[in-house]
Amino acid sequence: MARVYMFKRFERFWHWSQAALIITMLITGFEIHGSYHYLGWAKAQNLHTTAAWALIILWLFAIFWHFTTGEWKQYIPTFDKLIAVMRFYAFGIFTPAVHPFHATPSRKHNPLQRLAYLWIKLIINPVIWASGLLYLFYKDPAAAGIVGRIHLSLGAVATIHTAAAFLMLMFLIIHVYFATTGHTPLAHIKAMITGWEDEVEETHAR
Amino acid sequence: MKYLVRGALVLVTVLVSAGAWAAETGPDKIMASTADHSTFQVLQQDFKTGPEVTKACLTCHTNAAKQVMKTEHWTWEYRDPKTHKLEGKRHVINDFCTSPETNQYHCTECHVGYNWRDSSFNFSAPENETNVDCLVCHASTRFYKKDGDNYGEPLKWVNLKKAAMSVAMPSRENCGECHFNGGGGDGTKHGDLDSTLAAPAKAEDVHMDAKGLQFECVTCHKAEGHQVPGSRYSPTAMDKMPAMIRGDHEHGRNPVTCQSCHGQKPHKLAKMNDHTDKIACQTCHIPAFARGGQPTRLTWDWSTAGKRDKNGKAFDTLNDDGFPVYRSVMGTFTWQENVVPEYLWFNGTVNWLTVGEKFDPSKAPITINTYEGSSADGKSMIWPVKIFRGKQMYDSINNYLIVAHLAGNAEDPTAYWVNLDWDKAITDGMKRANLPYSGKYGFIATQTIWPITHMVAPKEKALACADCHASNGRLEQIKGIYIPGRGSDHLRWLEFAGWTLAALTLLVALVHGMGRIIASSRRK
Repeated sequence: MARVYMFKRFERFWHWSQAALIITMLITGFEIHGSYHYLGWAKAQNLHTTAAWALIILWLFAIFWHFTTGEWKQYIPTFDKLIAVMRFYAFGIFTPAVHPFHATPSRKHNPLQRLAYLWIKLIINPVIWASGLLYLFYKDPAAAGIVGRIHLSLGAVATIHTAAAFLMLMFLIIHVYFATTGHTPLAHIKAMITGWEDEVEETHAR
Repeated sequence: MKYLVRGALVLVTVLVSAGAWAAETGPDKIMASTADHSTFQVLQQDFKTGPEVTKACLTCHTNAAKQVMKTEHWTWEYRDPKTHKLEGKRHVINDFCTSPETNQYHCTECHVGYNWRDSSFNFSAPENETNVDCLVCHASTRFYKKDGDNYGEPLKWVNLKKAAMSVAMPSRENCGECHFNGGGGDGTKHGDLDSTLAAPAKAEDVHMDAKGLQFECVTCHKAEGHQVPGSRYSPTAMDKMPAMIRGDHEHGRNPVTCQSCHGQKPHKLAKMNDHTDKIACQTCHIPAFARGGQPTRLTWDWSTAGKRDKNGKAFDTLNDDGFPVYRSVMGTFTWQENVVPEYLWFNGTVNWLTVGEKFDPSKAPITINTYEGSSADGKSMIWPVKIFRGKQMYDSINNYLIVAHLAGNAEDPTAYWVNLDWDKAITDGMKRANLPYSGKYGFIATQTIWPITHMVAPKEKALACADCHASNGRLEQIKGIYIPGRGSDHLRWLEFAGWTLAALTLLVALVHGMGRIIASSRRK
C-alpha cells in the first residue's frame, strides 16, 4: 500500500502535546470549578496554570510554524464538497461509500474539518485564552482595567471560561470520535503518530 | 488527665519564668531600659497606697498620668468618629457581666486606676492624676496584682515598694492580667487572647512564640505617650498601604495591622497575593481560635441563674475539664477549644447598642454590636470573628438592656452575686445608673461580635486553598464575591447545560459508532 507523509514532525509534536495539555486543563479546570475532587484544589490550580503557560508557549511556536510554512492555508474555509462530506458521515459511511474528499499533504483537511478547526482556532480558543488570562490576572492593573471597562465581574469571567471549557470538551469528544473514522478505526491515529497516511484507492469506512 | 497536663504546664511555666527572670537579672544581660528603678531614691519608701506610688512615679514622669487619662484604658469611653456615638465599656452593655456601672467593686480590677467607686468619679479631674495605676501595666506581675473584690485596690500581699522598683515596659503578663482574663476569667471573652499566650508554642502564635520571635504585646501595640493603638472600638478593617517603619507617623496610620509590617504582597506566589484585596490576613492565618489548650466561652445564659443547692447556697457546676458550665450567680455557659471562626464583610465601622438604647424584642437575638461591611463598598475585607451568644436581662416594657447591680461585698443588700435576687439587683442597678425601670424584666437573646486577630499560626498551619475553594467551605456564606470551586458559585445552569450537551455529543458519537460496527458486520 502506498503511503504519503501527511503530518510533519513539528505538526505531530504540536498536536499531541496540545492534546495532553488540553486534557490536563479540562481535568484540572473542572476540579477548580468544583465539579469533583481528584487532585485536590491547590494541585489542580497549580497544574492548570502551569499547563496554561506551557500551551501559550506551544502556541507561539505553532503560530510561527503555521505562518512560516504557509500551513495556515490549510484552515481557509471552503464550502466545496462540504455538503457531500456531511452526507458521507451521515449516510455513506455505513454503506460504505467512497469518501468524497481526497486528502493530500497540501490539502489535508476535508471541508468539515476545516470548519471545525477554524471554529476552534477563531472562536473557542480566543474566548478560552482571553477569559483565562483575565481570570489569572484579574488583579493586575492592566487586566483589571479591561475587566472594569467591559463591566465583567470575576464571576462573569469565570462563567465565560467555564462555558468555553464545555465547548472544548464537546470538540474533544467529536474529534476523538472522528479520529476513528479512517479506512480502519486506527488509521488516522496511526497517521497522526507516525506522520504517514496510507494511500487508499477508494477510502472505505468500516 | 487534663488536670495532669495543666498542672505540668503550670510547673513548666513557673520554671521557665524563673529561668527567664534569672536570665534577665544575670550579670551579662544588658537591660533594655537605661534606668534601673531599683536604684531610685524616690521609690525607697514603704508605700501604703497605690496613689502614693503614682505620686512618686509622677515626680519624674511628669506627663504620664495626663497621658493615661486620655486613654480608653482609663476612661472606658470612646467617641466613634464615624457613628459619633459614645461607646466603650462605660456606655455599652455586653453579654458577659453586662455593665461596669454599679459594679465597680469588681470591674475596676481592670481599670488602670484607683478609687473609681461609683458614677460620680470624675475621669478628667486633675486631682485624679494620682489615682492612675502605673503598676498594673509596669510592675512585674510577680509583685503586683489588683483585687477583684475591692474597687481595684492592690491585693493584701502586694509589697508596693518591691512592685515600684520592678517597673519596666509592659510584659505580656501585664497586658494579660486583664486582656487574657476579659469576661471574668481566662480566655472567657476574646477567644484569641488567653493565658497560654504568655509563653505560647510556635503553632499557637508565630510572633509570640516563646522559643522564637518572642514578641511582646507592645511589639505590635506600640504606644507613644501611653496611647496604645489597636482598640477593637477603632479597628482598621482594611490597610492598603505598604509596610512601614516602626514608629512612623505616616497618615496617623494604625501600626498594629498585619500590613504595617508585612505590606500588601507578603506571599511568594503571585496568586496568593491576589487575595490580599478582599481577605483579611487573619482569615487564613488564624485557622481557629482558643488553640493553646484554654477553651473560650461561647454562650452565656443569665436566665438560669439563681438556683440554690439543698443548703440554700449558691453553687457551681464544673465540666470534666474543670470549667464552670453553671454558676448560680451567673447562669449557664458553654466552652470550646479550637473554635472555627465565623466570617463576615467588615469595613471598620462597628455599631454598638448603648445603655438605654431601645430595640424591638421580636427581633431577637438583639445585636449588641453589628459590623458594617459589604463586598461593594470598597472598604471591606472578609474577617474572622467570634460571635458570642448570650441571654440576658432586659426591661420588658421599656425594651432596653438592664444595668444590674451584681457585685458587692458580703453585706451588700442588693448585689445579685450576694443575694441572688433579681428584683433587688435590677431595681438598685437601674436607679444608680439613672435609667428608668418599668419594674418588669425578662431575658432576651443577644449576640456580640469579637474580632479575631491574635493567635496567628505559622504559615504551614494557615488555611489551605480547599478550605474555601470547596463546597461548604469556610466562606460558603459570604455574599457578593466569586470563589472558584465554592458550592454557591457552581453555576448550576451552566453545569447542567454543559454536561448535558457533552453527554449528548458522546451519545451521538457512540450511536454513530455502533451504526458503523453493525453496518460493517452485516457486510461480512
